[in-house]
Amino acid sequence: MLHIIPISLEQGLAYALVALGIALTFRVLSFPDLTVDGSFPLGGAVAARLIFDGFDPVTATVIAMAAGFVAGCLTGIFATKFKINSLLAGILMMTILYSVNLRIMGRANIPLLNRSTLFTPMETLDMSRDIPVIIFFFIVAAVCKIVIDIFLHTEYGLGLRATGDNEQMIRSLGVNTDKATIFGLGLSNTMVALAGALIAQDQGFSDVGMGIGMIVAGLASIIIGEALIKPTTVVRLTLAAAVGSVVYRFIIALGMRLGLAPTDLKMATGLMVVIALAVPAIRGKREKKLKLRGV
Amino acid sequence: MADHLLTLKGVTKIFNKGTQDEKRALDDFSLEVAGGDFITIIGSNGAGKTTLLNVIAGTIEADEGQVMVDGQDVTRWPDFQMAQFISRVFQSPTMGTAGDMTIEENLCMAELRGKKRGLRWGVTRDRRARYREVLQVLDLGLEDRLKQAVGLLSGGQRQSLTLLMTTLAMPKVLLLDEHTAALDPRTATKVMDLTDAMVRKNNLTTLMVTHNMTQALKYGNRMVMLHQGKVQLDIQGEEKTKLTVAEIVAQFGQTLKDETLLSG
Repeated sequence: MLHIIPISLEQGLAYALVALGIALTFRVLSFPDLTVDGSFPLGGAVAARLIFDGFDPVTATVIAMAAGFVAGCLTGIFATKFKINSLLAGILMMTILYSVNLRIMGRANIPLLNRSTLFTPMETLDMSRDIPVIIFFFIVAAVCKIVIDIFLHTEYGLGLRATGDNEQMIRSLGVNTDKATIFGLGLSNTMVALAGALIAQDQGFSDVGMGIGMIVAGLASIIIGEALIKPTTVVRLTLAAAVGSVVYRFIIALGMRLGLAPTDLKMATGLMVVIALAVPAIRGKREKKLKLRGV
Repeated sequence: MADHLLTLKGVTKIFNKGTQDEKRALDDFSLEVAGGDFITIIGSNGAGKTTLLNVIAGTIEADEGQVMVDGQDVTRWPDFQMAQFISRVFQSPTMGTAGDMTIEENLCMAELRGKKRGLRWGVTRDRRARYREVLQVLDLGLEDRLKQAVGLLSGGQRQSLTLLMTTLAMPKVLLLDEHTAALDPRTATKVMDLTDAMVRKNNLTTLMVTHNMTQALKYGNRMVMLHQGKVQLDIQGEEKTKLTVAEIVAQFGQTLKDETLLSG
Protein backbone atom coordinates (compact mmCIF):
# COMPACT_ATOMS: atom_id res chain seq x y z
CA MET A 1 0.00 0.00 0.00
CA LEU A 2 2.70 2.43 0.99
CA HIS A 3 4.50 2.13 -2.28
CA ILE A 4 1.81 4.16 -4.05
CA ILE A 5 2.88 7.23 -2.09
CA PRO A 6 6.16 8.00 -3.90
CA ILE A 7 4.70 7.37 -7.34
CA SER A 8 1.60 9.46 -6.58
CA LEU A 9 3.76 12.23 -5.20
CA GLU A 10 6.04 12.19 -8.21
CA GLN A 11 3.21 12.20 -10.72
CA GLY A 12 1.11 14.64 -8.74
CA LEU A 13 3.93 17.18 -8.57
CA ALA A 14 4.81 16.69 -12.24
CA TYR A 15 1.21 17.12 -13.37
CA ALA A 16 0.78 20.04 -10.96
CA LEU A 17 2.26 22.18 -13.75
CA VAL A 18 -0.66 21.18 -15.97
CA ALA A 19 -3.14 21.97 -13.19
CA LEU A 20 -1.50 25.38 -12.69
CA GLY A 21 -1.75 26.08 -16.41
CA ILE A 22 -5.41 25.09 -16.48
CA ALA A 23 -6.15 27.17 -13.37
CA LEU A 24 -4.61 30.16 -15.13
CA THR A 25 -6.90 29.83 -18.16
CA PHE A 26 -10.15 28.42 -16.74
CA ARG A 27 -10.09 30.21 -13.42
CA VAL A 28 -8.13 33.41 -13.86
CA LEU A 29 -8.83 34.26 -17.51
CA SER A 30 -12.29 32.60 -17.58
CA PHE A 31 -11.15 31.04 -20.84
CA PRO A 32 -11.87 27.29 -21.17
CA ASP A 33 -8.68 26.46 -23.04
CA LEU A 34 -8.61 22.97 -24.51
CA THR A 35 -5.22 23.44 -26.20
CA VAL A 36 -3.72 21.55 -23.26
CA ASP A 37 -4.43 18.09 -24.71
CA GLY A 38 -2.21 19.11 -27.64
CA SER A 39 0.38 21.32 -25.98
CA PHE A 40 1.27 18.69 -23.38
CA PRO A 41 2.40 16.12 -25.97
CA LEU A 42 3.87 19.02 -27.98
CA GLY A 43 6.25 19.69 -25.10
CA GLY A 44 7.09 15.99 -24.96
CA ALA A 45 7.53 15.73 -28.72
CA VAL A 46 9.83 18.73 -29.04
CA ALA A 47 11.98 17.76 -26.06
CA ALA A 48 12.20 14.10 -27.09
CA ARG A 49 13.01 14.86 -30.69
CA LEU A 50 15.75 17.34 -29.78
CA ILE A 51 17.27 15.08 -27.12
CA PHE A 52 17.08 12.14 -29.52
CA ASP A 53 18.93 14.24 -32.10
CA GLY A 54 21.67 15.03 -29.61
CA PHE A 55 20.69 18.39 -28.10
CA ASP A 56 21.40 18.88 -24.42
CA PRO A 57 18.30 18.35 -22.28
CA VAL A 58 18.17 21.91 -20.87
CA THR A 59 18.07 23.47 -24.34
CA ALA A 60 15.53 20.88 -25.47
CA THR A 61 13.28 21.65 -22.50
CA VAL A 62 13.47 25.41 -23.04
CA ILE A 63 12.60 25.05 -26.72
CA ALA A 64 9.68 22.78 -25.77
CA MET A 65 8.39 25.52 -23.47
CA ALA A 66 8.68 28.08 -26.27
CA ALA A 67 6.68 25.76 -28.54
CA GLY A 68 3.95 25.57 -25.89
CA PHE A 69 3.92 29.36 -25.63
CA VAL A 70 3.43 29.72 -29.37
CA ALA A 71 0.65 27.11 -29.40
CA GLY A 72 -1.20 28.91 -26.59
CA CYS A 73 -0.81 32.29 -28.28
CA LEU A 74 -2.23 30.86 -31.51
CA THR A 75 -5.33 29.61 -29.69
CA GLY A 76 -5.64 33.09 -28.20
CA ILE A 77 -5.36 34.66 -31.66
CA PHE A 78 -8.01 32.29 -33.04
CA ALA A 79 -10.36 33.29 -30.24
CA THR A 80 -9.74 37.04 -30.04
CA LYS A 81 -8.67 38.16 -33.50
CA PHE A 82 -10.64 35.64 -35.57
CA LYS A 83 -13.57 35.64 -33.11
CA ILE A 84 -13.73 31.85 -33.01
CA ASN A 85 -15.61 30.48 -30.03
CA SER A 86 -13.06 29.84 -27.29
CA LEU A 87 -13.87 26.14 -26.87
CA LEU A 88 -13.68 25.59 -30.62
CA ALA A 89 -10.40 27.56 -30.85
CA GLY A 90 -8.84 25.15 -28.35
CA ILE A 91 -10.25 22.09 -30.09
CA LEU A 92 -8.91 23.34 -33.43
CA MET A 93 -5.45 23.92 -31.98
CA MET A 94 -5.49 20.56 -30.23
CA THR A 95 -6.36 18.83 -33.49
CA ILE A 96 -3.76 20.75 -35.47
CA LEU A 97 -1.14 19.91 -32.85
CA TYR A 98 -1.81 16.19 -33.22
CA SER A 99 -0.42 16.33 -36.77
CA VAL A 100 2.29 18.76 -35.75
CA ASN A 101 3.44 16.45 -32.97
CA LEU A 102 3.61 13.50 -35.36
CA ARG A 103 5.64 15.61 -37.78
CA ILE A 104 8.01 16.74 -35.05
CA MET A 105 8.60 13.18 -33.83
CA GLY A 106 8.47 11.60 -37.28
CA ARG A 107 6.63 8.67 -35.72
CA ALA A 108 4.19 8.01 -32.91
CA ASN A 109 6.75 7.30 -30.22
CA ILE A 110 10.35 8.30 -29.45
CA PRO A 111 12.24 6.30 -26.82
CA LEU A 112 14.91 8.12 -24.84
CA LEU A 113 16.81 5.10 -23.61
CA ASN A 114 20.54 5.68 -23.43
CA ARG A 115 20.09 9.39 -24.02
CA SER A 116 21.14 12.00 -21.54
CA THR A 117 18.06 13.68 -20.02
CA LEU A 118 17.52 16.09 -17.13
CA PHE A 119 17.06 13.03 -14.95
CA THR A 120 20.28 11.24 -15.90
CA PRO A 121 22.33 12.93 -13.14
CA MET A 122 19.79 11.74 -10.56
CA GLU A 123 20.19 8.15 -11.63
CA THR A 124 23.91 8.18 -10.87
CA LEU A 125 23.28 9.18 -7.25
CA ASP A 126 23.82 6.52 -4.65
CA MET A 127 20.18 6.22 -3.64
CA SER A 128 16.74 5.33 -4.92
CA ARG A 129 15.85 7.42 -7.97
CA ASP A 130 12.49 8.33 -6.43
CA ILE A 131 13.73 10.81 -3.85
CA PRO A 132 15.74 13.18 -6.04
CA VAL A 133 13.06 13.04 -8.75
CA ILE A 134 10.33 13.95 -6.27
CA ILE A 135 12.47 16.79 -4.90
CA PHE A 136 13.14 17.98 -8.44
CA PHE A 137 9.43 18.05 -9.38
CA PHE A 138 8.60 19.68 -6.07
CA ILE A 139 11.05 22.49 -6.77
CA VAL A 140 9.81 22.98 -10.34
CA ALA A 141 6.15 23.06 -9.24
CA ALA A 142 6.92 25.42 -6.35
CA VAL A 143 8.90 27.80 -8.56
CA CYS A 144 6.11 27.85 -11.17
CA LYS A 145 3.47 28.46 -8.50
CA ILE A 146 5.42 31.31 -6.95
CA VAL A 147 6.25 32.90 -10.31
CA ILE A 148 2.54 32.88 -11.26
CA ASP A 149 1.58 34.28 -7.85
CA ILE A 150 4.03 37.14 -8.26
CA PHE A 151 3.12 37.75 -11.89
CA LEU A 152 -0.60 37.97 -11.07
CA HIS A 153 0.14 40.69 -8.51
CA THR A 154 2.13 42.89 -10.90
CA GLU A 155 0.52 45.81 -12.68
CA TYR A 156 0.23 43.72 -15.84
CA GLY A 157 -0.97 40.70 -13.91
CA LEU A 158 -3.80 42.66 -12.30
CA GLY A 159 -4.97 43.61 -15.79
CA LEU A 160 -4.83 39.97 -16.83
CA ARG A 161 -6.96 38.90 -13.87
CA ALA A 162 -9.46 41.67 -14.53
CA THR A 163 -9.68 40.48 -18.15
CA GLY A 164 -11.16 37.26 -16.79
CA ASP A 165 -13.24 39.00 -14.14
CA ASN A 166 -14.76 42.03 -15.84
CA GLU A 167 -13.56 42.54 -19.38
CA GLN A 168 -15.53 45.68 -20.14
CA MET A 169 -14.31 47.38 -16.99
CA ILE A 170 -10.63 46.70 -17.59
CA ARG A 171 -10.89 47.75 -21.24
CA SER A 172 -12.33 51.07 -20.08
CA LEU A 173 -9.24 51.32 -17.86
CA GLY A 174 -6.92 50.87 -20.81
CA VAL A 175 -6.04 47.18 -21.05
CA ASN A 176 -6.03 45.59 -24.49
CA THR A 177 -7.87 42.48 -23.37
CA ASP A 178 -7.17 40.60 -26.61
CA LYS A 179 -3.45 40.89 -25.98
CA ALA A 180 -3.85 39.93 -22.34
CA THR A 181 -5.85 36.83 -23.30
CA ILE A 182 -3.30 35.80 -25.93
CA PHE A 183 -0.40 36.25 -23.52
CA GLY A 184 -2.21 34.45 -20.70
CA LEU A 185 -2.93 31.45 -22.92
CA GLY A 186 0.71 31.46 -24.05
CA LEU A 187 1.90 31.45 -20.46
CA SER A 188 -0.47 28.67 -19.47
CA ASN A 189 0.60 26.43 -22.33
CA THR A 190 4.27 27.16 -21.63
CA MET A 191 3.80 25.45 -18.29
CA VAL A 192 1.81 22.62 -19.81
CA ALA A 193 4.52 22.03 -22.44
CA LEU A 194 7.17 22.13 -19.71
CA ALA A 195 5.23 19.39 -17.92
CA GLY A 196 5.13 17.37 -21.17
CA ALA A 197 8.87 17.81 -21.71
CA LEU A 198 9.75 16.82 -18.15
CA ILE A 199 7.39 13.87 -17.99
CA ALA A 200 8.64 12.51 -21.33
CA GLN A 201 12.19 12.64 -20.00
CA ASP A 202 11.19 11.14 -16.67
CA GLN A 203 9.34 8.19 -18.21
CA GLY A 204 11.97 7.75 -20.92
CA PHE A 205 9.78 8.22 -23.99
CA SER A 206 7.43 10.60 -25.71
CA ASP A 207 4.19 9.38 -27.18
CA VAL A 208 1.77 11.23 -29.45
CA GLY A 209 -1.18 10.03 -27.35
CA MET A 210 0.16 11.15 -23.99
CA GLY A 211 -2.02 14.26 -23.87
CA ILE A 212 -5.41 12.61 -24.17
CA GLY A 213 -7.61 13.47 -21.20
CA MET A 214 -5.11 15.95 -19.79
CA ILE A 215 -7.67 18.75 -19.42
CA VAL A 216 -10.19 16.57 -17.63
CA ALA A 217 -7.51 15.28 -15.26
CA GLY A 218 -6.39 18.87 -14.64
CA LEU A 219 -9.94 20.00 -13.96
CA ALA A 220 -10.47 17.09 -11.57
CA SER A 221 -7.28 18.13 -9.77
CA ILE A 222 -8.45 21.73 -9.46
CA ILE A 223 -11.90 20.68 -8.22
CA ILE A 224 -10.35 18.44 -5.58
CA GLY A 225 -7.85 21.10 -4.59
CA GLU A 226 -10.51 23.78 -4.27
CA ALA A 227 -12.62 21.52 -2.09
CA LEU A 228 -9.65 21.29 0.28
CA ILE A 229 -8.36 24.85 -0.01
CA LYS A 230 -10.94 27.55 -0.66
CA PRO A 231 -9.50 29.64 -3.49
CA THR A 232 -10.24 33.08 -2.09
CA THR A 233 -6.94 34.54 -3.28
CA VAL A 234 -4.52 33.88 -6.13
CA VAL A 235 -2.02 32.32 -3.74
CA ARG A 236 -4.65 29.89 -2.48
CA LEU A 237 -5.91 29.14 -5.98
CA THR A 238 -2.49 28.06 -7.24
CA LEU A 239 -1.87 26.12 -4.04
CA ALA A 240 -5.23 24.38 -4.50
CA ALA A 241 -4.28 23.41 -8.07
CA ALA A 242 -0.93 21.94 -7.00
CA VAL A 243 -2.26 20.15 -3.92
CA GLY A 244 -5.29 18.94 -5.87
CA SER A 245 -2.99 17.41 -8.47
CA VAL A 246 -1.15 15.35 -5.86
CA VAL A 247 -4.37 14.26 -4.17
CA TYR A 248 -5.91 13.35 -7.53
CA ARG A 249 -2.95 11.13 -8.48
CA PHE A 250 -3.14 9.54 -5.06
CA ILE A 251 -6.85 8.79 -5.46
CA ILE A 252 -6.20 7.31 -8.90
CA ALA A 253 -3.37 5.13 -7.62
CA LEU A 254 -5.57 4.00 -4.76
CA GLY A 255 -8.41 3.24 -7.15
CA MET A 256 -6.16 1.13 -9.35
CA ARG A 257 -4.87 -0.65 -6.29
CA LEU A 258 -8.48 -1.45 -5.40
CA GLY A 259 -9.12 -2.89 -8.84
CA LEU A 260 -9.90 0.06 -11.13
CA ALA A 261 -8.80 -0.97 -14.62
CA PRO A 262 -6.33 1.46 -16.20
CA THR A 263 -8.58 1.56 -19.25
CA ASP A 264 -11.43 2.92 -17.11
CA LEU A 265 -9.30 5.71 -15.71
CA LYS A 266 -10.48 8.47 -18.02
CA MET A 267 -14.10 7.50 -17.54
CA ALA A 268 -13.66 7.59 -13.78
CA THR A 269 -11.98 10.99 -13.97
CA GLY A 270 -14.61 12.36 -16.33
CA LEU A 271 -17.42 11.19 -14.07
CA MET A 272 -15.65 12.74 -11.11
CA VAL A 273 -15.75 16.14 -12.86
CA VAL A 274 -19.36 15.67 -13.95
CA ILE A 275 -20.46 14.85 -10.41
CA ALA A 276 -18.52 17.75 -8.93
CA LEU A 277 -20.24 20.13 -11.34
CA ALA A 278 -23.64 18.48 -11.07
CA VAL A 279 -24.06 18.38 -7.32
CA PRO A 280 -24.33 22.14 -6.75
CA ALA A 281 -26.49 22.49 -9.89
CA ILE A 282 -28.91 19.83 -8.71
CA ARG A 283 -29.01 21.40 -5.28
CA GLY A 284 -30.11 24.54 -7.07
CA LYS A 285 -27.17 26.69 -6.08
CA ARG A 286 -24.07 26.72 -8.17
CA GLU A 287 -21.47 27.29 -5.55
CA LYS A 288 -18.79 29.54 -6.77
CA LYS A 289 -15.90 27.39 -5.71
CA LEU A 290 -17.04 24.63 -8.00
CA LYS A 291 -18.15 26.85 -10.80
CA LEU A 292 -15.80 26.55 -13.70
CA ARG A 293 -15.83 30.02 -15.13
CA GLY A 294 -15.92 29.89 -18.88
CA VAL A 295 -17.66 26.53 -18.95
CA MET B 1 -5.84 74.60 -31.79
CA ALA B 2 -9.29 73.50 -30.87
CA ASP B 3 -11.30 75.69 -28.55
CA HIS B 4 -13.20 72.70 -27.29
CA LEU B 5 -12.06 69.79 -25.24
CA LEU B 6 -14.43 67.34 -26.86
CA THR B 7 -16.06 67.72 -30.24
CA LEU B 8 -18.47 65.45 -32.08
CA LYS B 9 -19.08 66.40 -35.69
CA GLY B 10 -21.83 64.84 -37.79
CA VAL B 11 -21.70 61.53 -35.94
CA THR B 12 -24.08 58.88 -37.24
CA LYS B 13 -24.50 55.41 -35.82
CA ILE B 14 -26.98 52.97 -37.30
CA PHE B 15 -27.63 49.58 -35.71
CA ASN B 16 -28.82 46.57 -37.72
CA LYS B 17 -28.30 48.45 -40.94
CA GLY B 18 -30.33 47.15 -43.87
CA THR B 19 -32.62 45.02 -41.74
CA GLN B 20 -36.15 45.57 -40.50
CA ASP B 21 -34.77 46.45 -37.10
CA GLU B 22 -32.63 49.27 -38.48
CA LYS B 23 -32.19 51.88 -35.79
CA ARG B 24 -30.59 55.27 -36.25
CA ALA B 25 -29.22 55.75 -32.74
CA LEU B 26 -27.26 58.87 -33.59
CA ASP B 27 -28.21 60.91 -36.63
CA ASP B 28 -25.73 63.53 -37.88
CA PHE B 29 -25.09 64.38 -34.27
CA SER B 30 -22.85 67.30 -33.33
CA LEU B 31 -21.84 68.57 -29.91
CA GLU B 32 -19.06 70.80 -28.65
CA VAL B 33 -17.99 70.42 -25.06
CA ALA B 34 -15.85 73.08 -23.40
CA GLY B 35 -13.32 72.22 -20.71
CA GLY B 36 -15.01 72.24 -17.31
CA ASP B 37 -18.53 71.76 -18.70
CA PHE B 38 -20.80 69.58 -16.58
CA ILE B 39 -23.47 68.52 -19.03
CA THR B 40 -26.53 66.54 -18.06
CA ILE B 41 -28.06 64.52 -20.87
CA ILE B 42 -31.72 63.57 -20.95
CA GLY B 43 -34.02 62.00 -23.49
CA SER B 44 -36.53 59.23 -23.78
CA ASN B 45 -35.62 55.58 -24.19
CA GLY B 46 -33.86 55.01 -27.46
CA ALA B 47 -32.98 58.67 -27.96
CA GLY B 48 -29.31 57.74 -28.31
CA LYS B 49 -27.94 58.70 -24.89
CA THR B 50 -26.01 55.53 -24.18
CA THR B 51 -24.88 55.22 -27.80
CA LEU B 52 -23.48 58.72 -27.48
CA LEU B 53 -21.40 57.74 -24.44
CA ASN B 54 -20.32 54.52 -26.15
CA VAL B 55 -19.12 56.40 -29.22
CA ILE B 56 -17.19 58.88 -27.09
CA ALA B 57 -15.64 56.07 -25.03
CA GLY B 58 -14.66 54.10 -28.15
CA THR B 59 -16.78 51.11 -27.13
CA ILE B 60 -18.57 51.39 -30.45
CA GLU B 61 -17.29 53.08 -33.57
CA ALA B 62 -19.28 55.76 -35.37
CA ASP B 63 -20.41 54.92 -38.91
CA GLU B 64 -19.86 58.49 -40.00
CA GLY B 65 -18.57 61.68 -38.49
CA GLN B 66 -15.68 62.64 -36.30
CA VAL B 67 -14.83 62.58 -32.61
CA MET B 68 -12.06 64.88 -31.42
CA VAL B 69 -10.42 65.25 -28.03
CA ASP B 70 -8.18 68.29 -27.59
CA GLY B 71 -8.07 68.73 -31.34
CA GLN B 72 -6.92 65.15 -31.91
CA ASP B 73 -9.03 62.89 -34.11
CA VAL B 74 -9.93 59.85 -32.00
CA THR B 75 -12.85 58.58 -34.08
CA ARG B 76 -11.28 55.16 -34.74
CA TRP B 77 -9.67 54.68 -31.35
CA PRO B 78 -10.79 51.55 -29.48
CA ASP B 79 -12.03 51.81 -25.90
CA PHE B 80 -8.79 50.68 -24.24
CA GLN B 81 -6.93 53.46 -26.06
CA MET B 82 -9.53 56.09 -25.21
CA ALA B 83 -8.97 55.14 -21.58
CA GLN B 84 -6.11 57.64 -21.40
CA PHE B 85 -8.65 60.48 -21.79
CA ILE B 86 -11.86 59.05 -20.44
CA SER B 87 -13.20 57.69 -17.18
CA ARG B 88 -16.56 56.07 -17.10
CA VAL B 89 -19.10 54.96 -14.52
CA PHE B 90 -21.71 52.51 -15.75
CA GLN B 91 -25.29 52.08 -14.62
CA SER B 92 -24.81 48.73 -12.96
CA PRO B 93 -22.53 48.83 -9.90
CA THR B 94 -21.09 45.45 -10.93
CA MET B 95 -19.84 46.81 -14.24
CA GLY B 96 -17.33 49.32 -12.97
CA THR B 97 -15.32 47.05 -10.69
CA ALA B 98 -13.82 43.55 -10.77
CA GLY B 99 -15.81 41.66 -8.14
CA ASP B 100 -13.37 38.84 -7.43
CA MET B 101 -10.50 41.24 -6.90
CA THR B 102 -9.82 43.25 -3.77
CA ILE B 103 -10.64 46.90 -3.16
CA GLU B 104 -6.98 47.88 -3.28
CA GLU B 105 -6.41 45.94 -6.49
CA ASN B 106 -9.36 47.68 -8.13
CA LEU B 107 -8.00 51.04 -7.02
CA CYS B 108 -4.58 50.16 -8.40
CA MET B 109 -6.02 49.21 -11.79
CA ALA B 110 -7.91 52.51 -11.86
CA GLU B 111 -4.80 54.47 -10.94
CA LEU B 112 -3.07 52.89 -13.95
CA ARG B 113 -5.88 53.84 -16.33
CA GLY B 114 -4.42 54.63 -19.72
CA LYS B 115 -0.86 54.13 -18.46
CA LYS B 116 1.67 51.49 -19.34
CA ARG B 117 1.40 48.43 -17.15
CA GLY B 118 4.70 46.76 -16.45
CA LEU B 119 5.97 43.92 -14.34
CA ARG B 120 6.32 46.15 -11.30
CA TRP B 121 4.47 45.09 -8.16
CA GLY B 122 0.88 46.33 -8.32
CA VAL B 123 -0.34 47.33 -4.86
CA THR B 124 2.82 48.68 -3.26
CA ARG B 125 3.03 49.88 0.32
CA ASP B 126 2.98 53.51 -0.82
CA ARG B 127 -0.08 52.97 -2.94
CA ARG B 128 -1.89 51.15 -0.16
CA ALA B 129 -1.24 54.03 2.24
CA ARG B 130 -2.60 56.48 -0.31
CA TYR B 131 -5.69 54.36 -1.03
CA ARG B 132 -6.43 54.22 2.68
CA GLU B 133 -6.32 58.00 2.73
CA VAL B 134 -8.49 58.64 -0.35
CA LEU B 135 -11.08 56.06 0.75
CA GLN B 136 -11.75 58.07 3.90
CA VAL B 137 -13.48 60.66 1.71
CA LEU B 138 -16.29 58.15 1.12
CA ASP B 139 -16.87 57.71 4.85
CA LEU B 140 -17.93 54.10 4.29
CA GLY B 141 -15.19 52.44 6.32
CA LEU B 142 -13.72 50.93 3.15
CA GLU B 143 -10.25 52.10 4.22
CA ASP B 144 -10.24 49.21 6.71
CA ARG B 145 -11.37 46.65 4.13
CA LEU B 146 -8.65 47.10 1.48
CA LYS B 147 -8.00 43.39 1.14
CA GLN B 148 -11.63 42.37 0.79
CA ALA B 149 -13.13 41.37 -2.53
CA VAL B 150 -15.22 44.13 -4.09
CA GLY B 151 -17.99 41.57 -4.67
CA LEU B 152 -18.70 41.68 -0.94
CA LEU B 153 -19.72 45.35 -1.05
CA SER B 154 -23.27 46.65 -1.44
CA GLY B 155 -24.35 48.29 -4.68
CA GLY B 156 -24.05 51.77 -3.22
CA GLN B 157 -20.61 51.09 -1.78
CA ARG B 158 -19.49 49.61 -5.05
CA GLN B 159 -20.75 52.57 -7.07
CA SER B 160 -19.12 55.02 -4.66
CA LEU B 161 -15.86 53.11 -5.06
CA THR B 162 -16.19 53.21 -8.86
CA LEU B 163 -16.72 56.94 -8.67
CA LEU B 164 -13.64 57.38 -6.56
CA MET B 165 -11.67 55.21 -8.99
CA THR B 166 -12.42 57.59 -11.86
CA THR B 167 -10.32 60.35 -10.36
CA LEU B 168 -7.29 58.37 -9.18
CA ALA B 169 -5.89 59.22 -12.57
CA MET B 170 -7.51 62.48 -13.67
CA PRO B 171 -9.52 62.01 -16.88
CA LYS B 172 -10.04 64.70 -19.48
CA VAL B 173 -13.67 63.68 -19.70
CA LEU B 174 -15.85 61.87 -17.16
CA LEU B 175 -18.80 59.87 -18.50
CA LEU B 176 -21.61 58.93 -16.14
CA ASP B 177 -24.21 56.58 -17.58
CA GLU B 178 -27.27 56.69 -15.30
CA HIS B 179 -24.91 55.75 -12.54
CA THR B 180 -27.44 56.22 -9.75
CA ALA B 181 -30.38 54.55 -11.49
CA ALA B 182 -29.76 51.10 -10.01
CA LEU B 183 -29.49 52.37 -6.43
CA ASP B 184 -32.19 52.90 -3.83
CA PRO B 185 -33.29 56.58 -3.53
CA ARG B 186 -31.29 57.37 -0.41
CA THR B 187 -28.09 55.80 -1.69
CA ALA B 188 -28.67 57.44 -5.06
CA THR B 189 -28.80 60.86 -3.43
CA LYS B 190 -25.59 60.16 -1.52
CA VAL B 191 -23.76 58.97 -4.62
CA MET B 192 -25.05 61.97 -6.58
CA ASP B 193 -23.85 64.40 -3.91
CA LEU B 194 -20.48 62.70 -3.95
CA THR B 195 -20.40 62.99 -7.74
CA ASP B 196 -21.19 66.68 -7.65
CA ALA B 197 -18.55 67.35 -4.99
CA MET B 198 -15.90 65.44 -6.96
CA VAL B 199 -16.72 67.11 -10.25
CA ARG B 200 -16.58 70.58 -8.67
CA LYS B 201 -13.44 69.94 -6.69
CA ASN B 202 -11.51 68.70 -9.71
CA ASN B 203 -13.26 70.93 -12.25
CA LEU B 204 -13.97 67.80 -14.29
CA THR B 205 -15.45 67.96 -17.76
CA THR B 206 -18.45 65.69 -17.32
CA LEU B 207 -21.25 64.19 -19.37
CA MET B 208 -23.96 62.67 -17.23
CA VAL B 209 -26.82 60.68 -18.72
CA THR B 210 -29.87 60.55 -16.47
CA HIS B 211 -33.52 59.59 -16.55
CA ASN B 212 -34.25 61.86 -13.65
CA MET B 213 -35.38 65.28 -14.84
CA THR B 214 -34.92 66.91 -11.44
CA GLN B 215 -31.37 65.62 -11.29
CA ALA B 216 -30.70 66.90 -14.80
CA LEU B 217 -31.78 70.40 -13.82
CA LYS B 218 -30.21 70.48 -10.40
CA TYR B 219 -26.70 69.47 -11.40
CA GLY B 220 -24.29 70.78 -14.00
CA ASN B 221 -24.02 74.00 -15.96
CA ARG B 222 -25.54 72.74 -19.18
CA MET B 223 -28.32 70.39 -20.20
CA VAL B 224 -28.74 68.60 -23.52
CA MET B 225 -31.92 66.82 -24.52
CA LEU B 226 -31.67 64.14 -27.18
CA HIS B 227 -34.45 63.04 -29.45
CA GLN B 228 -34.15 60.43 -32.18
CA GLY B 229 -30.39 60.71 -32.30
CA LYS B 230 -30.27 64.51 -32.50
CA VAL B 231 -29.94 67.39 -30.08
CA GLN B 232 -33.40 68.74 -29.34
CA LEU B 233 -32.54 71.21 -26.64
CA ASP B 234 -29.21 72.60 -25.49
CA ILE B 235 -29.31 75.15 -22.70
CA GLN B 236 -26.80 76.41 -20.22
CA GLY B 237 -26.03 78.94 -17.53
CA GLU B 238 -28.84 81.10 -16.23
CA GLU B 239 -31.30 79.78 -18.75
CA LYS B 240 -30.82 76.31 -17.34
CA THR B 241 -31.00 77.46 -13.73
CA LYS B 242 -34.38 79.05 -14.36
CA LEU B 243 -35.88 76.08 -16.16
CA THR B 244 -38.28 73.87 -14.22
CA VAL B 245 -39.40 70.30 -14.70
CA ALA B 246 -42.94 71.56 -15.35
CA GLU B 247 -41.72 73.74 -18.20
CA ILE B 248 -39.82 70.90 -19.82
CA VAL B 249 -42.80 68.63 -19.58
CA ALA B 250 -45.09 71.33 -20.96
CA GLN B 251 -42.78 71.98 -23.89
CA PHE B 252 -41.44 68.54 -24.66
CA GLY B 253 -43.76 66.21 -22.82
CA GLN B 254 -45.42 65.36 -26.09
CA THR B 255 -42.28 64.12 -27.84
CA LEU B 256 -40.93 62.49 -24.71
CA LYS B 257 -44.20 60.73 -24.12
CA ASP B 258 -44.78 59.78 -27.72
CA GLU B 259 -41.34 58.32 -27.91
CA THR B 260 -41.80 56.45 -24.69
CA LEU B 261 -45.12 55.09 -25.90
CA LEU B 262 -43.60 54.03 -29.18
CA SER B 263 -40.59 52.36 -27.63
CA GLY B 264 -42.73 50.81 -24.90
